[in-house]
Amino acid sequence: MKNAKLQKWSGKFLVRVVLLLFTAVVLLPIIWTFYTSFKTSSEFLTNAWALPAGLHWDNYKNALEKGNMLAYFWNSAYITLIALVFVVLLAVPTAYVTSRFPFKFSKGLSMIFMAGLFVSQNYIVIPIFLSLNKFQNFLNQYVLFQHVEIANNLTVLALIYAVCELPFTIYLLTGFFRTIPHDYEDAAQIDGCGYFGTLFRIIVPMAKPAMITVIMFNFMSFWNEYIMATTILKEQKWTLPVGLENLMEQQKFATDWGAMFAGMVLVMIPTMILYSLVQNKLTEGISMGGLKG
Amino acid sequence: MLTANRAKSGNPRVLRSRKKQRAGFIAACTVPTVILFTVFMLYPTVNVFYMSLFRMSSLSLNKEFIGLQNFQILFRDEKFWQAFRNNLFFIVFVTAVTMTVSLFFAALLAQTELIEKPFYRTVFFFPNVLSLVVIGVLFVQIYDPTMGILTSTLKAVHSEGLIHAWLGEKSTVRWCVAAAMIWQAVGYYMVMYMAGMDGIPKDLYEVASMEGMGKFRQFFSITLPLMWEIIRVTIVFFIISTINMSFVFVKVMTPTGGPSGQSEVLLTYMYKQAFTNSNFGYAMAVGVFVFIFSFILALISNKLTAKEVIEY
Repeated sequence: MKNAKLQKWSGKFLVRVVLLLFTAVVLLPIIWTFYTSFKTSSEFLTNAWALPAGLHWDNYKNALEKGNMLAYFWNSAYITLIALVFVVLLAVPTAYVTSRFPFKFSKGLSMIFMAGLFVSQNYIVIPIFLSLNKFQNFLNQYVLFQHVEIANNLTVLALIYAVCELPFTIYLLTGFFRTIPHDYEDAAQIDGCGYFGTLFRIIVPMAKPAMITVIMFNFMSFWNEYIMATTILKEQKWTLPVGLENLMEQQKFATDWGAMFAGMVLVMIPTMILYSLVQNKLTEGISMGGLKG
Repeated sequence: MLTANRAKSGNPRVLRSRKKQRAGFIAACTVPTVILFTVFMLYPTVNVFYMSLFRMSSLSLNKEFIGLQNFQILFRDEKFWQAFRNNLFFIVFVTAVTMTVSLFFAALLAQTELIEKPFYRTVFFFPNVLSLVVIGVLFVQIYDPTMGILTSTLKAVHSEGLIHAWLGEKSTVRWCVAAAMIWQAVGYYMVMYMAGMDGIPKDLYEVASMEGMGKFRQFFSITLPLMWEIIRVTIVFFIISTINMSFVFVKVMTPTGGPSGQSEVLLTYMYKQAFTNSNFGYAMAVGVFVFIFSFILALISNKLTAKEVIEY
C-alpha cells in the first residue's frame, strides 16, 4: 500500500518537473524581455541573462517618442475599436437572420460565408491594396475629393478587418443562435415586439456569452494584425505591430536595443491585461469549438 | 411561425403587411453585409485569380493578357520551388512537433489531476494571444549572436561548439524559425486536445487500469482513438495556419528570406514579387498556387485520416 502511494507521488513529481520545464520555456523569454527593457546600452553588451543595475526608463521614452509608439498605440486602439463595432453590427443581424429566418437565399448565403473561412487575408491583401490605390487616383481627379483619403485610412482598414473576420464570426454566432428556442420570439411577437425589437431586446442579451467570445477573438486578431496594416498604411498611420517591426529595423543601424525591448513590452501589455481578465472564457471558447487561426 | 400567424390574423391584408415587414427585416439585416462582403472579400478573391492571367509590371497597372504564361514561368522558377520546399518543411515539421508536444501535455494534464492544472493551461496558452510580430521580434533577439540568450546560455554551460549564427546560417535558419512557430502554437492545440480528453469517460481508464494496462497503452488504445475526430480537424487546421503563420514569421525574422533564400516561403515570395519587383500578375500566380495547394492538401489529409468514428 505504502509502496503504491510512493509510486503515485513520484509519478506526479516527475510530471511536475516536465511541466515546469515547459513553463520555463514559455515564461523565461517573456520575463527576459521585461527586465531587459530597463537595461542601458552598455549593459546590453554584457551577459544577456544579467539583470539591469537600475530601471532605465529612458528606453520607454525613446520608444514612445522617437519610435513614435505612442501615436501607433492610439492608431491601434482606434482601429481595433472601430473594427469591433463594425463586425458586431454586421455579423449579429446577418447571423440571426440566416440561422432563424428561412428565405430563398438563406442556404446559399450561409454557404458563401462558410467558403469565406478558407480565404486568407494574406493573398487578398494585394488586390485590395491595388483597388484602394486605383480608387484613390480616381478620386483625386476631382477637386471636390482632393483631400479625401481612402487608401491610407484607418477607418477603411477597420472596415476591411471587420469584413475579413465576418465568416468566422457569423459561423460562431449562427451556431449559438440555433440553440435558442423559438418560443422567445413568439412570445415577444405576441407582446407586440417588432423584428428589430426582438433582435435587440431579446436575442442579443441572450447571446451574451457568444458575443463575449466573438469580441475576445476579434480583439486579438485586430490588435495583432500585421500584414494588412504594413501593406496598406503609411508611416503616420501605422499600428503597433508595424511600429515594432520598424523599431527592429532601426535598431539594426542605430543599435538602440533598449527602445526595441521597451517597444515589445508596450505591445504586449494590453494583450496581457486582457488575457488576465478573460483567460478562462478564452480557453473555454476554444473548447466550445471556436477554431481560429 | 407563419402558419401560427395565419391562423390568428386570418385577414389577408394584415398577413401581407406582416410578410412585407419580414422581407424588409431580412433585407435590412443581410444587404449591407452582403455588399461589404462582396466588395472586400469576394471581389479581391476573384481578382487574385483574374490578375494571375496578366502581365502587370508596375503600379500604373498596365495590363497585358498572357493566359497561363505566369504559371509556365512559375513552374520553371527555381526560387519558387525552393520556397515551396521550405514551406513543406514548415508544414511537416511544425505540425509533427506541435501535435506531439501538445497531445503529450494534454494527456499529462488530463491523467494526473494536478491541483495547479489551470496554471499550466494559462501559461502554455499565453503565447497564442501575443502578436506574431512580437514573437518574431522576440525570437530574433533570443537568436542574436551578441546579446541573445541562446548563445549566452550555451556559453554559460561551456558548449561553445554548439553556437551558430542561428538566423544567419543556412543550416540553422529554418529550424530556428520553426521553433518560434512551435512555441506560439503548442498551448492552443493543447487546450483543444484537453477539451477533447475531458469528454472521455473516466471509467474507461479505470477499467483499463484494473486490467493491468499501463498509461502508455491507455493513451494509444483509448485516448488516441476516441480523440481521432478532433485530431483530424486540427491537422487540416495546422496545414492552413502554418502556411499563413510562416508568412509573418519569415517576413519579420528573416526579411530577406534568410541566407540564400533558405527560409523563403510561398507567401513571402508572393509578397516580394508584388512589392519589391512590382510583378503583380506573377505574384498572384503564386497566390493562386497557394490557394489551390492548401485546398488540395486539406482534402488529402482529410481523406488519409478518415476512419470510422468510435462512439462512447
